[in-house]
Amino acid sequence: MTPRQKRFVLIVVALLLLAAAVGLILSAFRDNLVFFITPSDIVQGKAHAGQRVRIGGLVQTGSVVRGSDGITVTFRITDTAHQVLVRYRGALPDLFAENQGAVAEGVLLPDGSVEATKVLAKHDETYMPPEAADAVNQAQRAQKSLKE
Amino acid sequence: MWAEWGQFLLALAVAVAGLQALFGLVGAARHRLAWMVAARRAAVAQMVLLLTAFATLIGRFLASDFSVALVAKNSSTLTPWYYQITATWGNHEGSMLMWALALSGWTAAVAWRSDSLTEAMRARVVGILGAVSTGFLLFLTLTSNPFARLVPAPGQGRDLNPLLQDPGMIIHPPLLYMGYVGTAVVFAFALAALITGRMDAAWSRWARPWGLAAWVFLTLGIMVGSWWAYYELGWGGWWFWDPVENASFIPWLVLTAFIHSIIVTEKRGAFRAWTVLLAIAAFSLSLLGTFLVRSGVITSVHAFASDPARGLFILGLLAVTVGVSLLLFAWRAPMLAGGGAFAWFARETTLLINNILMSVAAAAILLGTVYPLLLDALRLGKLSVGEPYFVAVFVPLMTPAVLFMAIAPFLRWKQDEWSRLARRIVGDLAVTMGAAVLLLWWLDHLTLRAWLGMWLTLWVAVGSFRLLAERLGNRMEGQSAIERLVRIPGSWWGMWLAHLGVGAFIMGATLLGAFEARLDVKMAPGQTAELSGYLFRFLGVQEVPGPNYTAMRGTVEVRQGDRLVAVLTPEKRSYHFSAMLMTEAAVATTLWRDLYVSLGDRVDGDEWVVMLFYKPMVLFLWLGPLLMAIAGVTAALDRRYRRTQAAAMPTVALAARG
Repeated sequence: MTPRQKRFVLIVVALLLLAAAVGLILSAFRDNLVFFITPSDIVQGKAHAGQRVRIGGLVQTGSVVRGSDGITVTFRITDTAHQVLVRYRGALPDLFAENQGAVAEGVLLPDGSVEATKVLAKHDETYMPPEAADAVNQAQRAQKSLKE
Repeated sequence: MWAEWGQFLLALAVAVAGLQALFGLVGAARHRLAWMVAARRAAVAQMVLLLTAFATLIGRFLASDFSVALVAKNSSTLTPWYYQITATWGNHEGSMLMWALALSGWTAAVAWRSDSLTEAMRARVVGILGAVSTGFLLFLTLTSNPFARLVPAPGQGRDLNPLLQDPGMIIHPPLLYMGYVGTAVVFAFALAALITGRMDAAWSRWARPWGLAAWVFLTLGIMVGSWWAYYELGWGGWWFWDPVENASFIPWLVLTAFIHSIIVTEKRGAFRAWTVLLAIAAFSLSLLGTFLVRSGVITSVHAFASDPARGLFILGLLAVTVGVSLLLFAWRAPMLAGGGAFAWFARETTLLINNILMSVAAAAILLGTVYPLLLDALRLGKLSVGEPYFVAVFVPLMTPAVLFMAIAPFLRWKQDEWSRLARRIVGDLAVTMGAAVLLLWWLDHLTLRAWLGMWLTLWVAVGSFRLLAERLGNRMEGQSAIERLVRIPGSWWGMWLAHLGVGAFIMGATLLGAFEARLDVKMAPGQTAELSGYLFRFLGVQEVPGPNYTAMRGTVEVRQGDRLVAVLTPEKRSYHFSAMLMTEAAVATTLWRDLYVSLGDRVDGDEWVVMLFYKPMVLFLWLGPLLMAIAGVTAALDRRYRRTQAAAMPTVALAARG
């Protein structure tokens, strides 16, 4: 092969590899997007059962119930308009508390509850997770526009 | 008074940095020796000024001077003195001052400790670093003044975020910042090459040790950060693909590509434009990392405050940096082009593969990190990219990279033959593949992922030792093996150790992933639970006072058979000034495994949720990177890089074009 042909083959091979890598990346990317939704979205049917979601809002006061095994916890996340039941097995973060912002990530079940695999609370006492604040703001805006 | 003094020092440093840029760049362009020397002096002056300012700030923390807003927000009189010092950089303003100090430290090192450079080259590098520093110090003084006053001064401060009151916090930020900022040095070298249009073997020998040094700091910084997250966050994870971690890992990947690419540039004169581009990318991505972490677009323990002005300022700096350097690249890179003839089957090809894989991996992680932020900023919806994405992308990209990593050193530069290579590696490849199957079958955990990891570990280990044996074996007569061993250059040992470090890391990650176990269990005093052959006995919880907190301290005895292996005391601390609960895990480490216990919630009365972890081989996750860092130091100290300019490069013309 002449150097020119060699270079051509090299470029073609490199491009093929690159295309394979890009294909791999994009397909993995599509499969792992987790959409953020609010309790109102779930009630309005904007997400389907079996979908992986992140749901944010306030932990409903008085809703935290610990199962008899001491490990399983259920609580409700509310955006002040609607609420969603969350089940979680494991230790909750240090700053998880009633009437405080929290974000749960997990699978949406057919009955409209969420089986969470991860629960996030804020990192220090000065601010809420932005996603939780967002859910509450959205719901309050929606309520306001209904009243008007 | 002290605070104003600090502020004055910072203002002076801005001016000196500006002069440093001016004298360095103009002096080099006009061949004014006096100007070039002045630029170097300015670099040292800048470092002294910033060091004094930083010491002044530490002094304010130690004196608990709450009339300084930063001290009031991040420290208290009850904070132990060592955390009063670390509080200096446990916040936005102080950590940015440390960033600037690190930059001036690197600059002063280039100015005075690089005698092999030509005066013009050195002046350009120092000048470019001065320009970077000017931009950064303006950011500091205009948007993030660490010496701002608080009127009226409160009687007590708010204490440092309890998460940051930890020994890991003392060293993690300085190491990471030295790494981030170290990329500025190779960036400056790259721009200097573009300005002069000259990039020869001497340039590579100058730039390479600096790239290695930055890489060493970045490696250590990431390692300590991961270690800190592991024991401090209380749930035993060591890497979360969290945007803040990614922000440091992306430049690391690019810098890794750079320190490999520059070898080809040095030995073969090839990949020149590519090496320059990687240097520019490494620094730009470090700036992007700073932006992501400091602008508040990410919620994390690192995002101390969200002030849009700061984010915009850094974004502006980033835009100017990327814009100017890419313009310069587009204009000048064609002058650099024209490497030697390129053959297929040679070491160059394997290094090219490494470069492509590292860059693609960096791009993929960047996509997963930035896409959700971009979408959110454009108000197109909120989503996040799950951890599985990063694993699904990273593992397939790194597998061939590690495979070729151990093949590359067997190949010759320029041209090699398949038969010469095959004779040496095909047998090893087959044997290690089989051995990995047998090992995992014996351990009763034969999965594809575990096999892949074990095979790569064995392959790296066997390949490395074969390489060393060859190096000691087939040399000229008349030298003993010891003589040959002594003559191996530092850069070769660096390569060898770093690759072994990668192997050690893969082994740790693989075996940990395969055999780790976790049990969340409700326990009353006296109750036991078994995990992976260890018996954990919970002895109850007591209240214990600390300097600025009160702790609920649990005691857990661990036995293996009849032998008492460890007594662990995990805590839940409540800090006085923050009403914030903190989980403090307890860990018993040996080379082969960690036993890790942390307290969950109190259920009722004496009963607590306790999290028990068995973590085999976790130590190798830090030993591997530690080995890589040692390797980087070894390579950077290679004598060839510090030869005087006379020996390395007889004549380097002062190019008048720039």
